[in-house]
Amino acid sequence: MSLSAWLSLLVVMAVAPALPGIANRTKSALTGRRGAPVLQLYADLAKLWRKGVVYSLTTTAIFRIAPVVVAATTLLAASLLPLDGRSALLAFPGDLVAFAGLLGLGRFFLVLAALDTGSSFEGMGASREVTVATFAEPALFLCFTVLVLATGELRLAGMLGQPLALAWPAAAPSLVLAAASLFIVTLAETCRVPVDDPLTHLELTMIHEVMVLDHSGPDLALILYAGALKMALFGSVLVSVIIPRADLAPAAALAALIAGLAGVAVAIGAVESVMARVRMNRVPQLLVAASALAGFGLILQLR
Amino acid sequence: MQPFHELLLLLVVLTNFWVLGTTRLSATIRATAIQGALLAGLPLALYPGFSLHILALSTGTLVVKALVIPYFLTRAIREAAVRREIEPLIGFTPSMLLGAAAVALAFSIAPRLQLPGVRSDMLVPVALATVVIGLIVLTTRSKAVTQVVGYLILENGIYVFGLSQVERVPFLVELGVLLDIFVGVFVMGIVVFHINREFDSLDSARLTELRD
Amino acid sequence: MLLPLLILLPAAAAALAWFGRWPRNPEATLLATAALHTAGVALVWSGGGAPAFGGWLAVDAMGQMVLTVVSLLFLASASYAWGALRGDGASRRRLFTTSLLGFLAAATLVTLAHHLALVWIGMEATTLALAPLVYYRHDRRSLEAVWKYLVLSSVGIGLALLGTFFLAAAQTQGRPLLLEDLVQNAGSMQTGLLRAAYVFLLVGYGTKMGLAPLHAWKPDTYGEAPSLVGGLMAGALTSCAFLGLARGTEVMAAAGQAAFVRPPLLAFGIASLVVSAAFVIGQSDLKRLLAYSSVEHMGILVLALGIGGAGSYGAMLHLVNNGLTKGLMFLAVGNVVLFYGTSEAAAIRGVLRRSPLTGALLIAGLFAVTGSPPFGLFVSEFTILGAAIRGQMVWLAVVMVVLLAMIFLGMAKMVLGAALGDGDLRQPRERERPYLVGGPFALAALSLMLGVYIPGPLQALLATAARALGGSAP
Repeated sequence: MSLSAWLSLLVVMAVAPALPGIANRTKSALTGRRGAPVLQLYADLAKLWRKGVVYSLTTTAIFRIAPVVVAATTLLAASLLPLDGRSALLAFPGDLVAFAGLLGLGRFFLVLAALDTGSSFEGMGASREVTVATFAEPALFLCFTVLVLATGELRLAGMLGQPLALAWPAAAPSLVLAAASLFIVTLAETCRVPVDDPLTHLELTMIHEVMVLDHSGPDLALILYAGALKMALFGSVLVSVIIPRADLAPAAALAALIAGLAGVAVAIGAVESVMARVRMNRVPQLLVAASALAGFGLILQLR
Repeated sequence: MQPFHELLLLLVVLTNFWVLGTTRLSATIRATAIQGALLAGLPLALYPGFSLHILALSTGTLVVKALVIPYFLTRAIREAAVRREIEPLIGFTPSMLLGAAAVALAFSIAPRLQLPGVRSDMLVPVALATVVIGLIVLTTRSKAVTQVVGYLILENGIYVFGLSQVERVPFLVELGVLLDIFVGVFVMGIVVFHINREFDSLDSARLTELRD
Repeated sequence: MLLPLLILLPAAAAALAWFGRWPRNPEATLLATAALHTAGVALVWSGGGAPAFGGWLAVDAMGQMVLTVVSLLFLASASYAWGALRGDGASRRRLFTTSLLGFLAAATLVTLAHHLALVWIGMEATTLALAPLVYYRHDRRSLEAVWKYLVLSSVGIGLALLGTFFLAAAQTQGRPLLLEDLVQNAGSMQTGLLRAAYVFLLVGYGTKMGLAPLHAWKPDTYGEAPSLVGGLMAGALTSCAFLGLARGTEVMAAAGQAAFVRPPLLAFGIASLVVSAAFVIGQSDLKRLLAYSSVEHMGILVLALGIGGAGSYGAMLHLVNNGLTKGLMFLAVGNVVLFYGTSEAAAIRGVLRRSPLTGALLIAGLFAVTGSPPFGLFVSEFTILGAAIRGQMVWLAVVMVVLLAMIFLGMAKMVLGAALGDGDLRQPRERERPYLVGGPFALAALSLMLGVYIPGPLQALLATAARALGGSAP
């Protein structure tokens, strides 16, 4: 529970909403448009927070608590990561499972809320979201397994911190493969192209957007913020794998993290601008490919 | 940092997965071209010293596998209307999982073979995995040109294996092997072109007239 | 100098046929080259072939026999082509001649090469040389046939290459992949790698031979290719593929692994016989029938190798006889196709009445191909059966006899049904020009002679080859 860990968490929490903005701005720039301002999401969140909230008559308490649960679980998951490069607020052996579990819990409640509305539109989005998650989880765990084998640590703080920096020279190929796989998982978890297009409004093609259709006001603000924070979390994992920050001073490590997050957001935006969303039945294949990449990295570690 | 040849072998496996997962025919041909270029760099990475033998082998491989054969295959399908592979016999996702299983199996079997004097302990597993993945592509895909690509991947795997025996197999032989493969693909490409002309499709599932 | 010349002569002739404007009819080049090649082979018999290129090319007993079969069969086919090709267009005749000559060069390379990778190169070259000929008719069926042929043959050949590389890896002493050194140092080779190498070689060259279950390309290919090409494939190409396998078996025998190779060889052999028997009965096409007959004989060859002892002698004798009789049968069927326009047995009746010489060839060929006395195949099959009985494998001999009888019945039904009877009485007698029947009759005569009397030099050669394979003369 060191000061630098607290500080890093607060900074990341503050910076998170900028990331989708950077991604969208990159995409606009690459496709020749001006696009929305980078800090647009902050303005959206502020606007939504001031608004009143409307609840459908078919919904129950689940619908009301779901956004809070989502935000809380994402925050708890954030506290498991070593955002300052060397230590996390919470750490215990096996907390990588807790990380995935917390994010899964949040997603579970979102799905419940979507089903709670009684609308088939949202139910369809919920089922698609869960399908994507079913394929993304194994890839995520395979990546974590590669990290575990490379560092010998079972805590995220160790896997992404100092021991990882030591393990880099020997396990480089596996880590590169794991990073590639992680990038695809990030795209899946944050619902970006090529898994899900955040801009589409067609019933046939929506996944995440349609799930949160009925939320309004502060609830919607919480969900949007949780989504941005999730992007920041996965981005941090990716950055930690690629750039070992354990040897830097805390401030420098934090700065490197912010820069890395921005880089990840730019990469997401770039991918969005060059690729189209893949067909719905090809999404599992893409995620299986990500699993295969991570699996190959695992094989390289085992030999 | 890792030795360069391990990086090359890693990329070879990744191109195999690319072929297993893609539906576009031109992407499979491009993957073969990239694989050929990687294979051309392998002898130079494995046996540093730039002997004439190694240089000639690299150049020959580059020209044949990375330039001529892909160009020729692209021309063979230039008239094809449908450029996408249909769902293969065992599905794309199972293909990829099978390919991953093949890689795992190859890596577990290779140390038991105890081949003498091999420069890198990734050569033989990657070779065997590539051979198996080539066979998977060859047998489960239905478009004729993808079957040729599968054959090319099979031959690439055998080539990687042959690299572990470079001291034993003289250059003339490798030249002959390369030439044979080139002519083989040449002839196959012509047949693919004719298949497209005759059946207006590259689907070898149409070739079912001869039977007992 | 003789050995390289034997390879270079057909290659140069192929180039001449393709690029040269003269002579006007390429069949002359074909026939002349075939005659010169056979003359060269005769020189080899009289002791002329000195090793070339540091031992990479050399003549040994097995190679000499396969070379002789290839050369004789090619000569007969060339004489047949002299007239049979006249009706086609100029560029197609050029392609035909070039491919055939390329095939001869490649097949000669296979028989004369003592560096196993060179053997492989020759085998692949034979595959590619014949591909345009399989597609000669340029219709849908032959397109399908050539595609299956190319894909399956290429995969098989690729696996054979892998086996060759494994063999190189297994070798610890001596010059790599040279047959003499392999045999000499066989005892010091790594057993595991050697066995893996043999399995790959068996599957790879077995695909080229057309052993079941790797035979799927054979009926289609033999059925759609011109009969002349079919004869060369069944007689010469399969013999070359068998030679590749025999080289591997030679090394295994020298390494004392004869017990290891027996089960797979027997398995492939029996599978081939069973498949052949199953598909010969109820067959509707003459050329496909011959394809299954080829599968049968390849099965017998491999069985003989597996039995060992006098079986190896029988295998080599069987190789020679099979080449001659297949050529005879395919050329005879070629005449039938020429006269009747089809090879569907239902449409062919009364060949004996309409074209007596061809009918006689057909019936003689039937008895020759199914291993009936007094033709040569009977002697070789008898030798192999005897070796099986003496080797305590009486069950194998019984199975073989039963399956061979079934195959004889199936083939006889079809061929005799086509040859005998009156057929369409309105059709006149066909003009059977000399070139159409000369070659086949010569092959039939040779096969007949070998059924009655095996010349001394040939016997010596057969015995040497059998000993190299780990067997003995009967």
